[in-house]
Amino acid sequence: MAINWFKYAAPTNFYGLAGKLIPWFAGFSLVLFAAGMYIGFFVAPADAQQGEFYRIIFIHVPTSILSMVLYMVMAGYAALGLIFNTRLSAMMASAIAPTGALFAFISLWTGALWGKPMWGAWWVWDARLTSELILLFLYLGFISLHASIDDPRRADRASALLAIVGSVNVPIIYFSVKWWNTLHQGSTIKFSGTSMHVAMQQAMFTMLAALWLYALAVVLARVRSIILERERHTHWAQEVAA
Amino acid sequence: MKLLVLVIRRDLMLAMRRRADVLTTLFFFVMVVSLFPLGVGPEMDMLRKMAAGVLWVAALLSSMLSLGRLFATDYLDGTLEQMLLAPQSLSMLVLGKMIAHWMVSGLPLVLMAPVLGLQFDMSVQALGILIVGLLLGTPILSMIGAIGAALTLGLRGGGVLLSLLVLPLCIPVLIFGTGAVEAIANGQSVASHLSLLGAVLVLALVFTPWVTAQALRISME
Repeated sequence: MAINWFKYAAPTNFYGLAGKLIPWFAGFSLVLFAAGMYIGFFVAPADAQQGEFYRIIFIHVPTSILSMVLYMVMAGYAALGLIFNTRLSAMMASAIAPTGALFAFISLWTGALWGKPMWGAWWVWDARLTSELILLFLYLGFISLHASIDDPRRADRASALLAIVGSVNVPIIYFSVKWWNTLHQGSTIKFSGTSMHVAMQQAMFTMLAALWLYALAVVLARVRSIILERERHTHWAQEVAA
Repeated sequence: MKLLVLVIRRDLMLAMRRRADVLTTLFFFVMVVSLFPLGVGPEMDMLRKMAAGVLWVAALLSSMLSLGRLFATDYLDGTLEQMLLAPQSLSMLVLGKMIAHWMVSGLPLVLMAPVLGLQFDMSVQALGILIVGLLLGTPILSMIGAIGAALTLGLRGGGVLLSLLVLPLCIPVLIFGTGAVEAIANGQSVASHLSLLGAVLVLALVFTPWVTAQALRISME
């Protein structure tokens, strides 16, 4: 039997698939979120140096990681859409952008809350903070360029090009800012092992998984409404909406 | 090569016929720089420290000012459409327009910078490095800006949007440019900052004309 690999590249088919997947992603996300919160608050011990304050990493680190991952995923979809001219890829890219921007914002916000007791300042001009802020700017640029072009096809292609230029620029920006100033603590989790307590790690990875699933559910929900909006002139979309 | 010279000459001639535009950008630059001492106070020690940063940020802002015109006039009178249809390489045409744009809006700023630097009591050495940095950096601003100008072609509120898109991408240029001046003030070597700036310039020279050409094709569809 021949498998049609491109079946779900058609927005019509993907709409149904996304609808079936969303409850699963959302449900697992909720369960993991509850578990992560429980481990984070009741199982993980207080940190030797930072006391109870460190617990904000259970939100801060996953959102920072996801804000970066989502930008690369968005740029990847944008590139796919530009190269193969697939409509769904561009829709996915524009569905990811708001969630990515939200994560970047939460990451900055929680970072400020953490920075006040630890460094004595809400904001310092440190390399990682600054590059996270620039990442937020890149997201906002993508969203506003997409929003200000009326023709959806041109909007998709123009913002896709911007996302790709941005993703090429991200490493340059990151290193330039890094050489400029560094205060943020180095990465605790490295591929060669970690210096963290096991329960802390469990809480953090559980939260990462929870937020990842949340991002999936939200992006799929958003792409569903984008599909409906774009296909509003078609018969099936009118039937679904009715 | 001949094509490049032709495009540059054409754009320069057009710019010379509308000299007011060129001068507006330059006045904006001078004015922004002169506002800073009024805002932060006249202590020479502080001004000397922030001079490079102020001049660079002002250069960044004033280069945004003239970017909107890079393709807009050609777009309105239909020249751009002819350029897209021309058998010659669009990237080459775009490169010519970028160079002309830099000569009109970037070069005057570089020439004006030492005079303004003296207002901030910069040393001769620091001024020299500032000029070298600006010479390497302002073309990059024109080239990255051209991508933004092509993407926002013909949009309402294009000018503000353009700055929103382009300014974050220009941050490395700002960091290396001011870093070089700071390094010489602290008695360190400026070579690393300037070579990084040069590296970014080379990268931009290779990639931005092509990306801008693609952006123009998207916008003109």
